[in-house]
Amino acid sequence: MNRASLSIYGIRPRWIIFSLLATSFFLWQCRMQSIGGQTAEVDYNFDIRPILSDKCFKCHGPDANKRESGLRLDTEEGAYAALKDQPGHFAIVPGNLKSSEVYTRITSSDSTLLMPPPESNLALSKEEVALLEKWIKQGAEYKPHWAFIPPKAAPLPKLKDQSWAQNGIDYFILNEMKKVGLQPNEKADKHMLLKRLAFDLTGLPPSLELQQQFAQDESADAYEKVVDELLASKHYGEKMAIPWLDVARYADSHGYQDDGLRTMWPWRDWVIHAFNENYSYAKFLTWQLAGDLLPETNKETLLATGFNRNHKITQEGGVIDEEYRIEYVTDRTNTFGKAFLALTFECAKCHDHKYDPIAQKDYYSTFTFFNQVPEKGLVGTIDASFADPPNMAISDEDVKDLLQFINKKDTAVVEVMVMKDSSQIRSTHVLDRGIYDAPAEEVTFGMPAAVMEFDTTRFPANRLGLAQWLLADENPLTARVFVNRVWQEIFGRGIVATSGDFGMQGDLPTHLGLLDWLAVDFRENDWDIKGLVKTIVMSATYQQSAKVSQRQLDKDPENVYLSRFPRLRFEAEVVRDHVLASSGLLNPEIGGPSVKPYQPGDIWVVATSGRGLLMNYIQDHGPKLYRRGMYVFIKRTVPPPSMLMFDASNRDQCEVQRLRTNTPLQALVMLNDPHVLEASRVLAEQLLTDSTLSHSEKLAVAFQSIICRPITTEESEVLLEAFQSEQSIFAENPERTQAFLNIGEAPRLGWEDEAELAAFMQTIHTIFNLEEAITKT
Amino acid sequence: MANEFLKNRLQVNRRHFLGKLSVGLGSAALGSLLVPDLFKGGKDQVGDLPLGVTHFAPKAKRVIYLFQNGAPSQLESFDYKPKLREMFGEDLPASIRNGQRLTGMTAGQDRFPLVGSKFEFNQHGKSGAWVSEIFPHIASIVDDICIIRTMHTEAINHDPALTFMQTGAQQGNRPSMGAWLSYGLGSENKNLPAFCVLLSRGEGNGQGVYSKLWTNGFLDSVHQGVQFSSGEDPVLYLNNPEGMDRPSRRRMLDRLAELNAKSYEDFGDPEIQTKIQQYEMAYRMQTAVPELTDLSKEPEHIVRMYGADCLVPGTYAANCLLARKLSEAGVRFVQLYHQGWDQHGNLVGEMQQQALDVDRASAALIKDLKQRGLLDETLVIWGGEFGRTNYCQGKLSPENYGRDHHPRAYSIWMAGGGIKPGVVYGQTDEFGYNIIENPVHINDFHATVLHQMGLNHEQLTYKHLGRRYRLTDVAGEVIHDLIA
Repeated sequence: MNRASLSIYGIRPRWIIFSLLATSFFLWQCRMQSIGGQTAEVDYNFDIRPILSDKCFKCHGPDANKRESGLRLDTEEGAYAALKDQPGHFAIVPGNLKSSEVYTRITSSDSTLLMPPPESNLALSKEEVALLEKWIKQGAEYKPHWAFIPPKAAPLPKLKDQSWAQNGIDYFILNEMKKVGLQPNEKADKHMLLKRLAFDLTGLPPSLELQQQFAQDESADAYEKVVDELLASKHYGEKMAIPWLDVARYADSHGYQDDGLRTMWPWRDWVIHAFNENYSYAKFLTWQLAGDLLPETNKETLLATGFNRNHKITQEGGVIDEEYRIEYVTDRTNTFGKAFLALTFECAKCHDHKYDPIAQKDYYSTFTFFNQVPEKGLVGTIDASFADPPNMAISDEDVKDLLQFINKKDTAVVEVMVMKDSSQIRSTHVLDRGIYDAPAEEVTFGMPAAVMEFDTTRFPANRLGLAQWLLADENPLTARVFVNRVWQEIFGRGIVATSGDFGMQGDLPTHLGLLDWLAVDFRENDWDIKGLVKTIVMSATYQQSAKVSQRQLDKDPENVYLSRFPRLRFEAEVVRDHVLASSGLLNPEIGGPSVKPYQPGDIWVVATSGRGLLMNYIQDHGPKLYRRGMYVFIKRTVPPPSMLMFDASNRDQCEVQRLRTNTPLQALVMLNDPHVLEASRVLAEQLLTDSTLSHSEKLAVAFQSIICRPITTEESEVLLEAFQSEQSIFAENPERTQAFLNIGEAPRLGWEDEAELAAFMQTIHTIFNLEEAITKT
Repeated sequence: MANEFLKNRLQVNRRHFLGKLSVGLGSAALGSLLVPDLFKGGKDQVGDLPLGVTHFAPKAKRVIYLFQNGAPSQLESFDYKPKLREMFGEDLPASIRNGQRLTGMTAGQDRFPLVGSKFEFNQHGKSGAWVSEIFPHIASIVDDICIIRTMHTEAINHDPALTFMQTGAQQGNRPSMGAWLSYGLGSENKNLPAFCVLLSRGEGNGQGVYSKLWTNGFLDSVHQGVQFSSGEDPVLYLNNPEGMDRPSRRRMLDRLAELNAKSYEDFGDPEIQTKIQQYEMAYRMQTAVPELTDLSKEPEHIVRMYGADCLVPGTYAANCLLARKLSEAGVRFVQLYHQGWDQHGNLVGEMQQQALDVDRASAALIKDLKQRGLLDETLVIWGGEFGRTNYCQGKLSPENYGRDHHPRAYSIWMAGGGIKPGVVYGQTDEFGYNIIENPVHINDFHATVLHQMGLNHEQLTYKHLGRRYRLTDVAGEVIHDLIA
């Protein structure tokens, strides 16, 4: 794979944001190069386990039922023991290649003996064989999986020149960067820096006033002041909530077939509130998992538990109640594993996990915590309920009192689904092959011991105990998993690229020391989320320019070493937010019931079963059209199409990572979605009516509002010429001009020269379509 | 051995490339698709990695799947059971039910009275296949199709059953068949998505469709099904806004390219160049798609074949004709859904009406492909998500009845794409309840479809969160008896 061979097609791969999995391949290649010499030490966790896990564990790993010849290679004991079917022979004899049956089999030229067997469709590469050879020669040392060893604060790496580093992050980043011969970029210019900061912290562009204020502030702490100002913005909570809504699979409909309305939006308002109030992650997590089981509960702690009720719920007549009740508990269990532990729990539902030390019995032990809800698989068919029991009513009094953050629009009571445990413990069984009506062995509350024992003398046997277990100092995963995701939101890729899988098959951390340093710092600072975010954005790593040289592209195409800031396209919601905010159309209201802005065609009605309140898409009007992207109504069976095109989650299940694609359909949205055209017209008309500015000044204001930096002379010339020539063309076509100006419901301000307005609108629309407009630079 | 190993190696490489780098490449190059230079297969290579290479010579290049959404009764279509008429009103013997679970809709019935088809059956063609009288046009092509009477599933409700049929799993956000084929084979047409979806609805009891049925799941979103219609707005966001004509759009794109190129000079980010190309591709789609979806220029004999409805956008007939055009233009997988087949009650009237909607156009599609010489390389599939009970749901009368969901046996048919024509495959018992010969599970069906497309269902994998996923999950066998 080299760039030259790709470019013969006139296409270059997008190096900046790569598949999560590609990273491991790249790192592995680097590693391969670095251990080319005979002396290099092969490391089990970094070099060997990925190979064994990927190519061997499926049949020689943790799953006892699928284990071939009784051989397991995932433990030292297993690998060193005498072979069950060849007494006197050993899979691995440390230091002795000839006596190691593994080596004989992976190098065999007899296809009946070769491992992995050809019919498995797996094969070892020459390099992999060479690594295994070296590892066995060096003594075949096993180590525990890195993610299951609790993080310890390592000392900062020693740097010869510390002048670049702003905080601990930079020590780790620079240290690794140096190893591959890269240098950090220069500091980003102030406009670019402010743009990325404003979008990272609020999901909105910096206002012109803020741009000016920051550009002119020459004080030493100018940057920190603006960081603090943005962290204090009420829009910070909205930005932080977006990925959490993916994690929590939040939606405005129930999901399955008829897909009726649900009213979980007060829970979404709580999430925004919790981030804005900077609830510690400990509180944030505990309330969501166990807000109903605290020594003292109130309506807010109960509301938070809606997290575990956001899963899909069926309303299909005739379903078998227990089948779906089990499905809901399964969803909660899987979500818990992925959201808090970054483990693929779901793989152990039907059998022991093939790669990670999660037995099927462990799965159902965890399942027990979520299996205590007094609930039904089917409460009723379409529109029977917007919030199946257990639920909680929120009245006007509540909103005046404890729940002031809820943006309730009318006096009607809103019902939200919440968690509750039955007074009697429901017995939980392993389900054979995961099938709801095939109960096997009974299990009780517990967690996989390889992660951390669930000691019932220390933790209560319920969800509250589970939260305490997560927050215990020895828990190896909780803090790492969360800081990794925050890192991912800012840099586009986690320190562990597979942010949903810290297990054996996941990617290895690119900077383990940094991950642990951040995790320990986070935990020791009382799980302070704003503090964590601030640490990251205050680093020199964050403040680098996003320019990329050919040398950097050649040496580190994926920017694993962060010798530059990654240029990232905005998330789906933020693309919309930016268009609205920079044109002045944005309705900055926080929270409330979700809204239905412009949507093309009749996409709801063509897919509907013909039943229920959500059969037709009834578009909103007025200020509701201009709410932020995160408030756009999500009907799960027909999610907002422009959001999906920009890689938003369909909220079908817990997701911790979005892809970032670049497609022609996205171009079509930016070119033809009425909301972008309407925003262009509104901004054009506002600027035209400002008589104090010349045309080129108006253009400069529009450009700076959208691109968040001053326009260059060259850009100004191109756009001004565009404006003038389009104006004369529009002037010859009054009908076309009228039609163009009629897009969108926002009222006209009365600018009379329609050709001028249309031409300026089109010029601004051009600016919105620049690559830089929706990119962190 | 060396060859075998090499093959495996290439496969690993290819999988590696497609699986791991497809975001990088896919996103750079494809919109939904869209770069034949990279994905048309054959000799093209990127580095040392062959792309779009099938595992063995494919029989079919494209699929058109006519999904009959809601589950049409096998007992009123292709599985003729005279015994049920004889036993009208008698109870389903417990030995035949044999522990089968029932949906909540009939589990509470105190009786399960058997009921035979109200419609007559006759044998047709050289194969002598039995087809119900409400499908006269499909009856006329029985020698071109292969009827499978022994499909079976585990799901018993629509949502999980549809999801199973389309994604290989009842639950979860897995990629659908079309997405898998887009991923495995790419697109043949640089201006069209590899995977298109067309929706229509009959008057019968409907159960809705859900975008998760054509989701890319964990695959790159370029593999997601793109909804098409023959109406004025054939693809979402495709049309230029009012007042914006094509020359003015062109001028805008030229300026964008100029400014973006300048930005590339400043930042050096290759992504900017990709963006320029995506805008050009969007522009090309704006011409290519409407030309294709415009059915008004079809000659009269074609309109007559599909029925006059084919000129009404959004009908099943229009979608069949559009499916042919899309497929002919190289779309890898065209997925139709026609709602309304859920006859819990009033089966006689509703099923007649549903059959009227789909019979002529379904048969016309086969004939049309055949006369164009395309049937050999196009695999057409017709069928629903499960079968229906042999006993009546609700009120039974000689004139009318209803049938509940039945997962143990149902009928579908396939045509073209290297499938044996003129064959009736599999046997159910005389009650039409249990399979007695040649069962075909959904996993087997998927394995067979992939096989016809030149893909080994065990090798078409994608590694996601630690696991290699397949359309066929952990099961499935190619049914070689179906293959010509």
